[in-house]
Amino acid sequence: MYVLIAGGGKVGANVTRTLLRQGHEVTIVEQRSDRFRVLEEEFDYRVQRGDATELHVLERAGIGRPPDLLLAVTGDDEDNIVICEIAQKRYFVPKVIARVNDPRNQAHFDLLGVAPTVCATSSIMALIEHEVPESDIIRLLQLREDELEIVEVPIGADSPSSGKRVEQLKMPEGTRLISVAREGRSEIATGSTKLEPGDRVLAILQPGCEDELRKVLLKR
Amino acid sequence: MKAIIIGCGRTGSSVARHLLDAGWEVVVVDEDEEALSNLGTRWPGRFIVGHGLDIEVLVESGIEGADAVVVSTDGDNTNIVIGLIAQRRFRVERVVVRILDPARARLFAERRLHTICPTSIAIGALTEAALVGESVTGEGESI
Repeated sequence: MYVLIAGGGKVGANVTRTLLRQGHEVTIVEQRSDRFRVLEEEFDYRVQRGDATELHVLERAGIGRPPDLLLAVTGDDEDNIVICEIAQKRYFVPKVIARVNDPRNQAHFDLLGVAPTVCATSSIMALIEHEVPESDIIRLLQLREDELEIVEVPIGADSPSSGKRVEQLKMPEGTRLISVAREGRSEIATGSTKLEPGDRVLAILQPGCEDELRKVLLKR
Repeated sequence: MKAIIIGCGRTGSSVARHLLDAGWEVVVVDEDEEALSNLGTRWPGRFIVGHGLDIEVLVESGIEGADAVVVSTDGDNTNIVIGLIAQRRFRVERVVVRILDPARARLFAERRLHTICPTSIAIGALTEAALVGESVTGEGESI
């Protein structure tokens, strides 16, 4: 297939290289002269220099054929939207894929029907949420010689310990609460200290007691 | 009548002044707070520091009830996208967008965006002036 790529940064260059290796025909457009020179050394005539939001640049790059696929992967979201609008509405390019740089602009792509989109930040955030569930135990300090560690536990509104006094909690053996931080102030945890959502509790525990502590405080 | 002006450079600030003189309520948006000085020493209207693509900024400006939106930042593509958002998301009836590139101005005019292209206007005026010896926009007038 024939692919037109707007934007010769890391994404554009790597996609170009990969598609060429797979035997596809590619033209890549890059505006910056320094990047253009580097790309030209590698991709030769397949690189066009210019602003891919200008019609004559797109036409020089072969948008009139039209390409089977256009990738708008510049570092500027407005440029990517405009490139896709021009490609779809004027040149009837059958398929476009756009890069979203700032996830806050995703709504604009959606509103204007520019799809599908790829946003590195959103992908990474989704992975973070999947891999590291929010409000979990954070290891602060390992006292290696004493075989103890100090952890911080953020108490959420849905935590079973929320709304309870420390003496009401069935603290597992080998663990003890040290302090409770609330709104920038900390106090030593005593039996009558009541835990509230948003609190950050410090606990000291023996190795291997983390799961027990998590169950009591966070129920995970 | 209420207008939102997005982009407070030479053009946007002058349009804001003219609309204010015409009795309109005018809200100006620019990402650079120093652009306020383009509005003169005493600007009686609102001035919001923020990006015209930021939905929160647009809502804060009162775009939802605006009679007109004028988009004149220094980026053609930024103006196009802001104009489309004002039209399609906020349903503003009178959206006017400045686009310096004549080709893109024509293209998006075909896509029902009201575009003003200073380059085309200047080309016409300069050509006319060369041909007949006077500027159609009047002497010394700038666009």
